[in-house]
Amino acid sequence: MKVSLNWLKEYVFVDLDVDDISAKLTMAGLEVDAVEARYDYLNHIVVARVDEVKKHPNADKLSVCKVDVGGDKFIQIVCGAPNVQEGMYVPCALPGAVLPGGLKIKKGKLRGEVSAGMLCSASELKLDTDASGIMELEGDSPAGTPLEEALKLSDTVFEIDLTPNRPDCLSMIGVAREVAAFMEPKQKVTLPGSTLPEDRIGNKLIHDYAKVQIIDPDLCPRYSAGLLFDVKIGPSPFWLQEKLESIGLAPINNVVDITNFVMMETGQPLHAFDFNELAEGNIIVRRAGSEIKFTTLDGKDHTLESDMLMICDGERPVAIAGVMGGENSEISDSTTRVLVESAYFNPVSIRRTAKITGIASDASHRFERGVDPDGTVRALNRAVSLMAQICGATIAKDIIDEHPGKPATLEIDLNTDALNVRLGTSLDADAIGEILKSVEFEVKKISDTRLKVGVPFFRVDVTRPEDLSEEVARLWGYNNIKTSYPLIPAKGRPLDLKVSLREKIRQAMAGFSFSEVINYNFINENSCDRLNLPDNDKRRRVETILNPISDQMSVLRSSLIPGLLETMKKNISQQTDTLRLFEIGKIFFATKKGSLPEEDEMITGLLTGTRSDQSWYSKKSEVDFFDLKGVMESLLEALMIENPVFEKIEDKSCPFYKNGYAAVVKSGDTILGTLGKIDGKVLKNYGLKQDAFIFDINLEAIQGLIPEITQTKLLPRFPSISRDLTIIVDRSVIVGEILKQVELISKKESLIEKVFLFDAFEGSPLLEGKKSLSFRVVYRSANKTLREKNIKKLHLNISRAIVDKFNADLPE
Amino acid sequence: MQNSIFDIEKQAFESIEKASDPDQLEKLSIKYLGRKGELTKFLRNISCLPVDERPGAGKNANILKGKLEKAFKTAFLKLEAINDKNFAGIDVTLPGRPVPRGSLHPITQVAKEISDIFLRLGFNIAESPEVETDYYNFEALNIPKYHPARDMQDTFYVSENIVLRTHTSPSQPRVMESCKPPVRIISPGKVFRCDSDITHTPMFYQIEGLMVDENISFGDLKGILTTFVHQFFDKDTSLRFRPSFFPFTEPSAEVDIRCVMCKGKGCRICSKTGWLEVLGSGMVHPAVFENVGYDTDKYTGFAFGIGIERMAMLKYGIDDIRKFYENDVRFLGQF
Repeated sequence: MKVSLNWLKEYVFVDLDVDDISAKLTMAGLEVDAVEARYDYLNHIVVARVDEVKKHPNADKLSVCKVDVGGDKFIQIVCGAPNVQEGMYVPCALPGAVLPGGLKIKKGKLRGEVSAGMLCSASELKLDTDASGIMELEGDSPAGTPLEEALKLSDTVFEIDLTPNRPDCLSMIGVAREVAAFMEPKQKVTLPGSTLPEDRIGNKLIHDYAKVQIIDPDLCPRYSAGLLFDVKIGPSPFWLQEKLESIGLAPINNVVDITNFVMMETGQPLHAFDFNELAEGNIIVRRAGSEIKFTTLDGKDHTLESDMLMICDGERPVAIAGVMGGENSEISDSTTRVLVESAYFNPVSIRRTAKITGIASDASHRFERGVDPDGTVRALNRAVSLMAQICGATIAKDIIDEHPGKPATLEIDLNTDALNVRLGTSLDADAIGEILKSVEFEVKKISDTRLKVGVPFFRVDVTRPEDLSEEVARLWGYNNIKTSYPLIPAKGRPLDLKVSLREKIRQAMAGFSFSEVINYNFINENSCDRLNLPDNDKRRRVETILNPISDQMSVLRSSLIPGLLETMKKNISQQTDTLRLFEIGKIFFATKKGSLPEEDEMITGLLTGTRSDQSWYSKKSEVDFFDLKGVMESLLEALMIENPVFEKIEDKSCPFYKNGYAAVVKSGDTILGTLGKIDGKVLKNYGLKQDAFIFDINLEAIQGLIPEITQTKLLPRFPSISRDLTIIVDRSVIVGEILKQVELISKKESLIEKVFLFDAFEGSPLLEGKKSLSFRVVYRSANKTLREKNIKKLHLNISRAIVDKFNADLPE
Repeated sequence: MQNSIFDIEKQAFESIEKASDPDQLEKLSIKYLGRKGELTKFLRNISCLPVDERPGAGKNANILKGKLEKAFKTAFLKLEAINDKNFAGIDVTLPGRPVPRGSLHPITQVAKEISDIFLRLGFNIAESPEVETDYYNFEALNIPKYHPARDMQDTFYVSENIVLRTHTSPSQPRVMESCKPPVRIISPGKVFRCDSDITHTPMFYQIEGLMVDENISFGDLKGILTTFVHQFFDKDTSLRFRPSFFPFTEPSAEVDIRCVMCKGKGCRICSKTGWLEVLGSGMVHPAVFENVGYDTDKYTGFAFGIGIERMAMLKYGIDDIRKFYENDVRFLGQF
């Protein structure tokens, strides 16, 4: 909200400088976002003396003037004002000036004559409403004086970022109260007079013309109204226009301007109806019911809901209560009778209506936060008085004040010991009382530690002792509260396993030269299609966001893969085409409507590009499945997950992997995740041209497998010996099966330490359809150094078993 | 007839003199001193000499052996020295075989740094869901439906009562429902608001903090947060607590620090105020305690929420929050 310092000074004495006011408001909880000099727009506008006036050679209505702009400088200006005369002092906008209407002043030619500036009217400078000619300046400021200085214009506008709990400060008087409290010595706010001018009250009694009936008092506890006759609609006087403009409101006409002015002064929104348009002179406050359509005064059509509170006349709705008036009863140039509404509406009801209709008006902004429930009549009288004074109107006798719901006065029992504990202060009851009184709380001392605190009606945010503690804290000064440290038992709890697991994974992955990425939780709604997922895939159960930022971010991800592929694409477009990425994050599956989705956590990695680039020692080579498999194996090893088994995916469970290039990883019966090469179609769906490999591991699955305690194994005391075994088998035989077979034997034979594949070969001189595989078997005994004779038989057995099982040949 | 010991000596020394590379020398060494070498042969044949000449010949031969060994050693060293001097060696300016480096996301790193500070202060980590019920995200935190405070947070809805959490604060009622005071937790995680421009991303990170016990005061809140700011930035960073409003704390305070860029003189980063808003905090509102069944007469507590991106941006001088989620590896690799 904008607050003009000049306007503020009408209600409170303040002599602090602008920075000081700004800092004090901020530290009282009214954060000043910006401070503007009100007349900054008069930059480059100076006092000028018209030295010479000649007729324009090519235009009857224009004059060519020689103008003294100070410093012995004379410039030529073409001027169209009828009142321009030699010797007159006028405001002159020099090149560089920007007039309030947005006109930029430049040196140029007008009908062939040079014009190096502009002589201005008061209206052009927003200094008065007079637009009949250029503004004649009085006083003794010489030519060249900046206009702001010559006219002694000065005002500061504070932009305050008000928190929603302080509707009382959505007005000049509200802010003045805060200023009064921080002044030294404390000041009192002077309220504007609210008694009606006797001489402007006519003989007609309001009750003979107008009637107010509140059908729904739960939504409208109070409705006050005043009536005016013989209203002359016209522009507001300059002082009123200037006030509104100083805080960024546009003047409309005198009646509307007065309602806005009083709202800004008191915080009470008002509405003016054209009384001639109110059927039967009736105001009926009720829920919309079956009324469906309504056109507000800004010309927009709205669909109503039956619960919305409406102001109706004898026949139809004339305003959406507290939100915006109707087109059918708005003030127009021909209005002569005005009914002014000053009401209190239920904040929740106003907020609902404003939300649903999408109207955010100054009135709804105040009503939904809560206006002073006791302030309707004061504001009404203020507005009616001003209308009598400004619009030449006659005031009807008496006002209407329907008041079915009286606001309860609130007294809070304040225990000052509890307050001091809460704040960490040691203020005595008297000091606390003084602080509260400075912002108009009524304080009665009951004992040394108890106060009865009466809350003023306009402080709708204060309802309990803790709220008073905030008042005391902010007015005493947050920075005057001593810093302390809590005494709390040293009892600790162990760190959540998942937290340390994530950390372990991150460290390991970074060690494997992968970069961690963080993608948005929301992904493109067509992501499941792009991943080729079948209709019955679990990952199709996505949660859809009702109000997404865009289609690209409209569903919650059910897999981290789309995000990684998008990230790959973005990086490749930046010419980084070798990528090792991983992400740890949640995925979501929709459950029952209205229930929380299932959240699962994944660690997903992506590998693409080259294993090694062209260099002086090696040729360029592309990554493949086994590069990523190696990473996954090392990661599982780092997490101490023993004996993971990789099985080829034969079904359609992961259609985003290329058929035949995908594996599921298990440990025992637990599925840990999958890995594979991304299918060509999926790559195409993401606009990718190079191969990508992905692993996708479920964090919860891993967490269950990590041993709680790790015991070190004894290091072997005796050396091992190795024997190789080369076999020739059909190409269809898979290595995993052979290793499994050896494992079966080694379970019975403690001498086998490990078996691994060290060579694989296909092609000539082998027969078509055959491959040769070479394994190395490492033998070790815990008790002695092994000799050939100890293992000869065992090795032969292994060899035989494999040859038999896989129909293998031994090489010549 | 074999050569006399003197001939052997003469020949040997002459050839050592002439040898120009270590291989040649090695061969000569074998020729004279080897198992089948001249000297060995001579010694073996000593038995053929007259008895009275034998001791003298043996002694001479052993002396010569010593001499030759020494001569060979010297010659080797000499040749090696020459060789070393002539050998060019490797080109150490060739690039090394690169070991690619991985990296952790800056948000991860800063979140950990912040968490570690609070862990050292005795806080524990308690996480809560990213998709929340309206109850935990708002109602339990004293933000009823149609409360203007809901405007402070633009909310993504999944259904009427399910939202993407707009802050990490739902962890407060969730934790308090599950245990009795004393409570001392932090809760880091993602939060979501439908807002996207140069200073806002629709997803960002917060760390929630909550401490509840008997006699916890606003002064304690100031103590803990001052300690945090001093550890995260540096111990000379001045800070101020400024009144603000959150529906779930009373009193509420924003914490501002002296602008780390301009040291308070006023710059673009701090919008010329000299202060940077870094976190929100306050004393837990009694309505929140009532919602979780805590005794409001007995317990008080404070809560705070820290924006991780903001901290990371200040720490690393990052000017555009969107960079965190573009995941350009040239950016990520800098951390």
